[in-house]
Amino acid sequence: MISLRNLELPSEFRDGLKAIAPLFLGVASFAIAYGLLARKTGLSLLNLTLMSLLVFAGASQFVAISLLISGSSFLLILFTTFVVNSRYFLMSASLGTYTRKWSIKWQAVLSFLLSDESYAMTMSRFAGNVADKYYQLGVSLGLYIEWLVFTIIGGLMGSFFGDPQTFGLDFALPATFIVLLLPIIRNWRQVTVCIITGTLSVAGSLFLPTKWYIPIAIVLGTIIGGMLELWKQK
Amino acid sequence: MAALTFFARFASAMILRRVNTSEKWNALMIYIPITVFTTIIAPALLMPKERLDVSIQNEYLVAGLVSFFFAYKTKNLGGTVIIGISVILLLRFAFGL
Repeated sequence: MISLRNLELPSEFRDGLKAIAPLFLGVASFAIAYGLLARKTGLSLLNLTLMSLLVFAGASQFVAISLLISGSSFLLILFTTFVVNSRYFLMSASLGTYTRKWSIKWQAVLSFLLSDESYAMTMSRFAGNVADKYYQLGVSLGLYIEWLVFTIIGGLMGSFFGDPQTFGLDFALPATFIVLLLPIIRNWRQVTVCIITGTLSVAGSLFLPTKWYIPIAIVLGTIIGGMLELWKQK
Repeated sequence: MAALTFFARFASAMILRRVNTSEKWNALMIYIPITVFTTIIAPALLMPKERLDVSIQNEYLVAGLVSFFFAYKTKNLGGTVIIGISVILLLRFAFGL
């Protein structure tokens, strides 16, 4: 019985690793772009690696870097990180349907490793199959290690190359978010919110000091989305 | 940053061990990833050089539109990144930007 379990568990883990193969190039270029940009900002190789190791959140790491470039305050960086990452409340919450019975230790580890990509992969697998923690671990840990390795490679490249913009590598950030955004848009209300939020963030970026437009546009856009939902239910 | 990020990922899992989520709450929370992604995408495409630029000369906007189309068709992250960056480099070459 025990030997059977030992045989079964790694296969789920390997399934998880296999599932992220199509994401490999995208995550790698995203991580390299982060490493390059971070070096350009003046972050040391050690610091940018530590950020990947401890935070492991591509979007907020990018945002933090651009906030550092513009000389933003520590408070704005923390607040923006909180707002940008508040989407994980939703992701954790919706995964919770499957994970709530697992031990706290497992949930802590998998929570730490949760990312937009691992959420997407895990949810689509769990929806039609048995929810297996080793599958989620395979997906998440694979992405974590890839993120870390290519962050370091990007940081090393940053010491040699100049500006990542020269090679268009900074486009990895919007491209990644375009791929993540499209599948979650399902109706006209969400399209409306996208257009409003996009307009708000561009306007805010033009007229507001530093990067306060990021948390402001997110909060306002979400409130408008919520109002549209309530209006629909009436 | 590390602490806040972990908190966001872990807190709701812990709360959920006891409480069931309401439909309304989920309907609201779906807008957070949507607005986060849009807030990053829109300025990156429309004002790559810190000022508004809606023209074919803005290589990020053109690459963004191509990426939207490609991502919609394929949902392939690596392919979308590569196509987008290629479009940028191509346009720079074409326009001598």
